[in-house]
Amino acid sequence: MATVTYRQALRDTLRAEMIRDENVFLMGEEIGLFEGSYKITEGLLKEFGPRRVRDTPIAEEGFVGAAIGAAMLGLRPVVELMTINFSLLALDQIVNHAAKIYGMFGGQTSVPVVIRTPGGGGQQLGATHSQNVELFYSFIPGLKVVAPSTPAEASAMLKAAIRDDDPVLFLENLALYNTKGELPAGVEDLEPAQIGRAAVTRPGTDITLIGYSRMARVAAEVAETLAAEGVSAEVVDLRSLRPLDRATIVESVRGTGCAVVAEDDWLTYGIGAEIAATIQEGAFDWLDAPVRRVAMAEVPLPYAKSLESAALPSAESLLTAARDTLRATGRLALETAS
Amino acid sequence: MAETTRSAGTAAPARTSRTRGAKASGRETGRAATPAPGADVPAGSASGSGADAETLIGYYRQMLLIRRFEERAARAYTEAKIGGYCHLNLGEEATVVGLMAALRPTDYLFTNYREHGYAIAKGITPDRVMAELYGRSTGVSKGWGGSMHMFDKEARLLGGYGIVGGQVPLATGAALAVGYKGGDDVVMCQMGDGTAAIGAFHESLNIAGLWDLPAVFVVINNGLGMGTTVENSSAEPELYKRGAAYRMESARVDGTDVVAVRDAAVLAVEKARADSRPYLLETISPRLKGHSVVDPARYRSKEERDALKAADPLARIALDLAERGILSHDARDALDAEVTAEVDAAAAFADGSPAPDVSTLFDYTYATPVPGELRRLPADPVFSS
Ligand SMILES: Cc1ncc(C[n+]2csc(CCOP(=O)(O)OP(=O)(O)O)c2C)c(N)n1
Repeated sequence: MATVTYRQALRDTLRAEMIRDENVFLMGEEIGLFEGSYKITEGLLKEFGPRRVRDTPIAEEGFVGAAIGAAMLGLRPVVELMTINFSLLALDQIVNHAAKIYGMFGGQTSVPVVIRTPGGGGQQLGATHSQNVELFYSFIPGLKVVAPSTPAEASAMLKAAIRDDDPVLFLENLALYNTKGELPAGVEDLEPAQIGRAAVTRPGTDITLIGYSRMARVAAEVAETLAAEGVSAEVVDLRSLRPLDRATIVESVRGTGCAVVAEDDWLTYGIGAEIAATIQEGAFDWLDAPVRRVAMAEVPLPYAKSLESAALPSAESLLTAARDTLRATGRLALETAS
Repeated sequence: MAETTRSAGTAAPARTSRTRGAKASGRETGRAATPAPGADVPAGSASGSGADAETLIGYYRQMLLIRRFEERAARAYTEAKIGGYCHLNLGEEATVVGLMAALRPTDYLFTNYREHGYAIAKGITPDRVMAELYGRSTGVSKGWGGSMHMFDKEARLLGGYGIVGGQVPLATGAALAVGYKGGDDVVMCQMGDGTAAIGAFHESLNIAGLWDLPAVFVVINNGLGMGTTVENSSAEPELYKRGAAYRMESARVDGTDVVAVRDAAVLAVEKARADSRPYLLETISPRLKGHSVVDPARYRSKEERDALKAADPLARIALDLAERGILSHDARDALDAEVTAEVDAAAAFADGSPAPDVSTLFDYTYATPVPGELRRLPADPVFSS
């Protein structure tokens, strides 16, 4: 067992996959000489050279499309988009091409490309640099969208994504890069994860807390707080936003009878809305309280620290929603609610 | 010789090929900046001077096959056998055949949505192309693509694409992959003149120039993007000149002259293959009809329409072959009957082919299926309790 950061887990996994398969290569802005805006690719240009670690011009549509075209010929490009905010420039290539090429040509060619990209607010980067638009991609059949929350998951999921024959959006969060966790094995020996599977990361009986990426970590933290108060919370880490593991969600909520969904993006039409609808379709008769959702305030994210902090979903906002839900079911006495 | 950015050698004496092409031009129609077919182009040969009789007859046959195929497609469309959009190659046959003649079978091709002729000239049978138009499981894309999205791995047609310019980054990436694997195949990317305005075009040509990729970008300049003239959509309507901005050699050729197109394409492909340098080729290829089957092209004046008749590349090569005693009138008729029968057979094949089975609806979402993934029609329940 080794303790590593999320960043290190990604870097070691990229390296291991490049050694394993000659067809795996990296491309993106500033990933080579500069070693990555967030240093995920540190040392890789030196080790693998410019053929396998390719710095691109600032042309998101052009180079993402080129990666897709290369994947059509059997290469396994791993693209880094500096942040998910800039993925909007490549939206046509991702949504109209990567996602559709397998289907619209009757399954004759697949697109095994991985697009890694961080998102998330909290760094005072202002409205255009702080959004999470994973919803846009989760909406599209043909894409796979994953958002692992721990270093071990990130590693196992990245392996799976690189070996998968479909285009995978691999979502990272700036707030996770320095978080630590244990790898059960050396990165070379770690089993690839199963894309499309959620994980029950903590079993419980009183309430289900559902999150992904940063909010899965926050949910685990909140479950810990609730445990100290005698509440048994089950935590579901979605890990995969498309395909979505509806069975695990429904099974959990049928067990606990109530749920709160936490997402790090805007509320309206969002991923939380989809989860709430899934619960309604699959566990309505088991529900003891309405499903609640915790999300970002519906504003362009402001720069000022006070405003930005207030806008982002936090452990406090999730805890409040969980307590309200528990009160509604009678599982938490009124006076213990804050 | 202003019409090429290549250095010496490629620029044949100007205007030697203006015989029929010049008369056919739309120049007198008020679109002053639209280059006339055959005018100011480095073609260097009247139709056929650089090819033997057998080759020429072969080109003629392919052009005729594409013509008859497209006419048949237009008819089948009005009979509601074909749905959706249907963009034809009418008037662009010399370009299609000339370009494909320059490729090796192992070279790759990406096109836009106007690709029926390319599919046939790249070696896919008219049967499978027509069946795709009919939306049948025997179609080249198994009925999933239709007119705009034909694909065949064996023929190395890597797709027709419906988003203007969407294919250009993909082709660039395919060229990158060829080089990465150490092969010497070339990737040709076809597009229209309207496409030269879109961001993906510029980003891709920049990347291809920067990374020395074996890609040949071909702009089919038919003067129009739907109803918008090239002068109204491009600040520099002489599109091949854009190559200079990406340190890329480029040339413009008369797209109604099959041999001229082939020769220009051979140069471009050689450049890409031998030097791994991209190339930008512009062909001047008026389309005879509207943007798609349903477009009556009201934006064209009567004079323009008359002029277009004279620009017909098929009539041009037929006349040339007759004048030079290569193909008699009777032989031409016989060829026409043969080709028409082939197209009739394709339509019959398409008509007799089965529609894709509805049970296959979920088969092509993912190449690596996800266990337990939801596969349902809107009416199906999500969970049974
Ligand atoms: C991005 C995008 N914008 C608009 C359209 C609608 N559209 C389809 S074809 C076309 C004209 C394209 O003209 P050109 O590139 O010259 O090709 P041509 O039809 O002449 O072959 C337009 C505007 C589209 N398909 N994609």
